[in-house]
Amino acid sequence: MVSLSASTYRTNIPLCIPIWLMIRTISASCSFQVIIWIILHFQSNSLELYRMTDLEYIVDVRHVKKSFKDVQAVKGVSLMIRQGEFLALLGPNGAGKTTLVEMIEGIQHPDEGEIFIEGKQWKNHQHELHQLIGLSLQETRFMDKLTAYETMRLFASFYKLDSHRVDEVFKLIGLEEKKKSYVNNLSGGQRQRLALGVAVLNKPKILLLDEPTTGLDPNARHEIWNILLDLKKEHNTSLLLTSHYMEEAEYLCDRIVIMDQGTILAGGTLEEILKLGGHRSLDELFINLTGRHIYE
Amino acid sequence: MNRITNHQLYRLIAAHFAEIIREPAVLFWGIVFPILMAWGLGIAFTQKGEVHFRMALVKTITGQDTIKETKLASYLAANGVIKDSTYSMLLKNEKLGDVNLTFFETSWTNAFTMLKQGKISLIVEDRTTDTKYHFDPANAEAKTAYQLMSNLSSYGPGFYNDNQSSIEPLTLKGTRYVDFLIPGLLAMGIMMSCSWGISYTIIDRRSKKLLRRMVATPMRKSNFLLALITVRFSMNVAEAALLFLFAWLYFGTTIQGSWPALIALFLAGNIAFSGISILISSHTANPEIGNGIINALVTPMMVVSGIFFSYHNFPDWTIPIIQYLPLTMIADSFRSIFNEGAGFLDVWREALVLTSVGTVSFILGLKIFKWY
Repeated sequence: MVSLSASTYRTNIPLCIPIWLMIRTISASCSFQVIIWIILHFQSNSLELYRMTDLEYIVDVRHVKKSFKDVQAVKGVSLMIRQGEFLALLGPNGAGKTTLVEMIEGIQHPDEGEIFIEGKQWKNHQHELHQLIGLSLQETRFMDKLTAYETMRLFASFYKLDSHRVDEVFKLIGLEEKKKSYVNNLSGGQRQRLALGVAVLNKPKILLLDEPTTGLDPNARHEIWNILLDLKKEHNTSLLLTSHYMEEAEYLCDRIVIMDQGTILAGGTLEEILKLGGHRSLDELFINLTGRHIYE
Repeated sequence: MNRITNHQLYRLIAAHFAEIIREPAVLFWGIVFPILMAWGLGIAFTQKGEVHFRMALVKTITGQDTIKETKLASYLAANGVIKDSTYSMLLKNEKLGDVNLTFFETSWTNAFTMLKQGKISLIVEDRTTDTKYHFDPANAEAKTAYQLMSNLSSYGPGFYNDNQSSIEPLTLKGTRYVDFLIPGLLAMGIMMSCSWGISYTIIDRRSKKLLRRMVATPMRKSNFLLALITVRFSMNVAEAALLFLFAWLYFGTTIQGSWPALIALFLAGNIAFSGISILISSHTANPEIGNGIINALVTPMMVVSGIFFSYHNFPDWTIPIIQYLPLTMIADSFRSIFNEGAGFLDVWREALVLTSVGTVSFILGLKIFKWY
């Protein structure tokens, strides 16, 4: 944050002169609070301008904290994801993964810290950010008596997309023959693929998937992995994925972050984090770090 | 055309509609059930013809062995039919309708059991010198039976057919029970349909995390609620139209007042209950709690708002409160339009209050609405 503010003030120098003149002319009639507000307003705008130019990272999470009543779910986490990068967030139940992802999705608001997506914050850019991201939540249940196609058309309409895009997505998720089935007649794997289809409708730059393959058999899981790898190859999509499965993280992701009790314990490529303590497998490293198995 | 079908409001409305019409149970409870209820209650309380009173006849404790020697017994023997220990007698009157009296000759113990089971409403204790009547004075049916019996034993069976010329039967429209019932059922339909259709749907979608998923897209929140209200309103129009059609064809129900006033009030009622439904479902994500909240709202109003029977039987101090309940306001105003020929000027205040209640509840509900 310190290096940030230095550059921020530099961009403010040309603005200072007219601001000062303005202050001189209106100070007679304006209260002190108003002047402070004007200065702060210009500062925060210029801070955002600075951030928007720094687009190496599509997701930039800085010192984020979040508490629920007396439970501190996320205790000061920082995290960055590059465009086209796949990042796995591993951790046992209650590690704070979902809360962190929901804050990035704009569903929860951090108590402290900042989150930038393509340099923009949720507070003032809801509409643009909704267009940028695609997500699937844990255990979302779509309307039972709607067909898979109708469900997709409904969500497509939120993005002002027509039936062509819906057909494309059905092809992508390989669910064309189930278009006319009611959602409650789909299998678990098919529902997850539908949820993934809904998430990619708007060709998002960043996909946020919360345990997308939990409860699926290995075949169904591999089908979802292949869809995700295709997306990366064709659209350079970034991915933040939370998971219980070591194998999923190893197979799909460029970087792995291990989280427990609201903090990040380790992060890096698979080789990097294994090298840390001379571990042979991710499983072994995980037990060493958290004292328990990931599936506990 | 293609543009409209791509619009999110169109898609949301289509989705809500599809969900309703694909669930046959929803159509049954929303449309068929109110008609069945109107039919059943209308038949039960409107059909004239024979009225039937059932009573127990008990021997006196001392004295007589059989009732055959008393005054009542002599009337029964002359005008009634005796079968085993059951006596029946028909009192005829063209203008009042015939009355059928049935007496079960039995013991005290058995008579009390029959009274508790609701098989009889009155116990007639026939003694040599006089007749005693045992009944609950709060029971209107028992009271009528007592008055009939008391006249019968004093003046004989002919009393019922006397003084025909002093009776002038009314043929005014809107005075039957079914005329009271149909507007009440229409009002209740609005309440039930909105509170279950809107509140329960919202709570259910919240519990399934579907609301959360939807607001993570550029969907306009107002479109979601607007679609839900639009679909519910259309269903209410269909339900009310079918119920009215049935009442018109079967019971000859007519609207004596103004149609525009009726439509305005129907709209105001829908606004009121849509708003209230959104307010009560603005927070909870647990369908069981939701169930309780909805029941806590609709059950008291169903009981006190005078849908099935007049609320004027409740204590006097409760009447002003009852009259300001939204359901009472809709039911009373519907009745005045249906049966008393009321026009727009007679119901505009109610329409305004209902619209305001709905709007305020809607705004308040939206302020505290939990999307996730």
